[in-house]
Amino acid sequence: MDARTSTTAEATNHREAIISVHDIVVGFGDRVILNHLDLDVYRGEILGFVGTSGGGKSVLTRTILGLVPKQSGTVEVFGQNLDDLSERERSALERRWGVLFQQGALFSSLTVKQNIQFPLRENLHLSQRLLDEIAYTKIEMVGLKYDVAEKLPSELSGGMIKRAALARSLALDPEILFLDEPTSGLDPIGAGEFDELIRTLQQTLGLTVFMVTHDLDSLHTVCDRIAALADGKVIAQGTIEDMMAQQHPWLRAYFHGTRARAVQSGRR
Amino acid sequence: MPHASLISVHSQDDRLTVAGRGAWTSEYADELEQAVDNTAHTYAHPKGVEIDLSAVERMDTFGALLFERLKRSWKGTGVEPQVKGLAPRYKVLIEEMGRMGQEQPPPARRHEAILERFGHETVNVAADAAALLNFVGASVAAMGRVLLRPRSFRFTAMVNQLDRVGLRAVPIIILITFLIGCILAQQGIFNFRRFGADIYVVDMVGVLVLRELGVLIVAIMIAGRSGSAYTAELGSMRMREEVDALRVMGFDPVEVLVVPRLLALIIALPLLTFIGSMSSLLGAGLVSWGYGGITPDVFLDRLKGAIDMDQFNVGMIKAPFMAATIGIVACLEGLRVGGSAESLGAHTTASVVKAIFLVIVMDGVFAMFFAAIDM
Ligand SMILES: Nc1ncnc2c1ncn2[C@@H]1O[C@H](COP(=O)(O)OP(=O)(O)O)[C@@H](O)[C@H]1O
Ligand SMILES: [Mg+2]
Repeated sequence: MDARTSTTAEATNHREAIISVHDIVVGFGDRVILNHLDLDVYRGEILGFVGTSGGGKSVLTRTILGLVPKQSGTVEVFGQNLDDLSERERSALERRWGVLFQQGALFSSLTVKQNIQFPLRENLHLSQRLLDEIAYTKIEMVGLKYDVAEKLPSELSGGMIKRAALARSLALDPEILFLDEPTSGLDPIGAGEFDELIRTLQQTLGLTVFMVTHDLDSLHTVCDRIAALADGKVIAQGTIEDMMAQQHPWLRAYFHGTRARAVQSGRR
Repeated sequence: MPHASLISVHSQDDRLTVAGRGAWTSEYADELEQAVDNTAHTYAHPKGVEIDLSAVERMDTFGALLFERLKRSWKGTGVEPQVKGLAPRYKVLIEEMGRMGQEQPPPARRHEAILERFGHETVNVAADAAALLNFVGASVAAMGRVLLRPRSFRFTAMVNQLDRVGLRAVPIIILITFLIGCILAQQGIFNFRRFGADIYVVDMVGVLVLRELGVLIVAIMIAGRSGSAYTAELGSMRMREEVDALRVMGFDPVEVLVVPRLLALIIALPLLTFIGSMSSLLGAGLVSWGYGGITPDVFLDRLKGAIDMDQFNVGMIKAPFMAATIGIVACLEGLRVGGSAESLGAHTTASVVKAIFLVIVMDGVFAMFFAAIDM
């Protein structure tokens, strides 16, 4: 299968679902968080995933990644049902996705360079020279300076941690990138730059991006499509214009609230 | 996959035609690197180069990076390679690679050589001692403030700690001190029997356990069990900026975190020492009975004669001091944890090692002191 079908337009025409979540139920104790949820993510798109805080966005992401057990339903990635895979097939598949966790989750005792090289060392047999070149390339791709390479995560700022963690999640050139609130905790300019970066990387590497976000700016500037979560279900999906036209009270509050209007007027 | 020939070269009159083939992706990156380096090495000074990528099926950053390396090796000799057949979808990636790698990588992080580390650690010993003294001062001051304003004392926190370091430690303390009592008695009887002095085992065990071993074993156990827990707790709070959060809310971390823990240990350790000593004597008594034929009433009789209140007091007096030492070392190490998981591990180890070391040194100093005052 060709990993790198390019532009968004092309992909939307094909409408090949690269992630397909069907009828998922997830709960903790007797609290149901995701209630028969369905969602498709298409190859080559950037999908923005919005929803109330504590609504289960991270839980859905973690369910797709297999970090949270589901009570029923299926998750298909690259057309393969994750429950049917053997151990080996599964780890092969896991190499084809990259994850940027909410807090970065860099290994605190390794330098940034070692963090990026970690998945490479485990999975490929590369010369030290190539390992270093790859690490520096990824560092440059995410817009960091080379001298962060030898720094420990505790010596970086919040924005730099996000970028370094992004570099690590891109280490193996994944086809799908999961981002959990990538711009939260960044200043608006930093957040804007990060959005820009995601867009550039998506085009350069032909990525499919699943982005959990709260950032109205991101939704306007980088997301091809938006899906909204409420009451454990995807209540609406479509382009930003589709979302603005929705009547659901939460969506109206979200896309037409004061902050939304500020973003809107800034855009005109 | 045709990875045997990711690159094939055709050379005519010093003009090269380099054809890429197959998957130029991470899986084949090691072979591609060899092929690239071989090609660049074998044909170091061509007159002209044409690189044909039309048969490259897939490419990712790894392939693009190595392609860039190949191109640059010829550019370095003044030949500008012509590229053709590049699939449009990889154009952005290749262009991106062309712009990269202009910066100088920073020097590698230095690892200290053995001698250097030895030197640093020697210097650190002095700094450690100063920090410890400083912290003792801070703890005493915080306790003083609590005494002045008893209502600010975190009673619940202390009771919680008392439960964790005191009550829950009881079973393991009883078990270990019991076993040690048994071993002492067995060894004593075995060796004293040769001189027909079996009965002196009671004197030996009584004095040894009450004066020295009871408190020492319990202190070492608690340093390993509770000291390490204190360090790990405070350390992870430091890592997640919880300690800073306390400070900016106007709380003194020493008062909030350290004082309840310290007091809990100071209360718990004497109690545990008492329990441990009794359990040791019980073990010794049972072994004397079963292995040495010394009946319990003889054992008790002999014990009454062999020890007096002084022996017992010597052990008990030491307990709170050892508790304070363990608590202070553990909390200090916890509050010195840096940002990484590794640092947490290092400080937890240091906490236990230093606490045990200081406990033993302290025991020696007490031995001299009690000898001097005839106790
Ligand atoms: N491991 C867990 N155990 C119990 N409850 C959890 C767990 N993880 C998440 N939750 C609950 O699930 C809900 C959704 O959480 P989350 O997906 O993190 O929200 P968000 O949409 O803000 O990312 C929250 O109410 C949270 O308390
Ligand atoms: Mg979340």
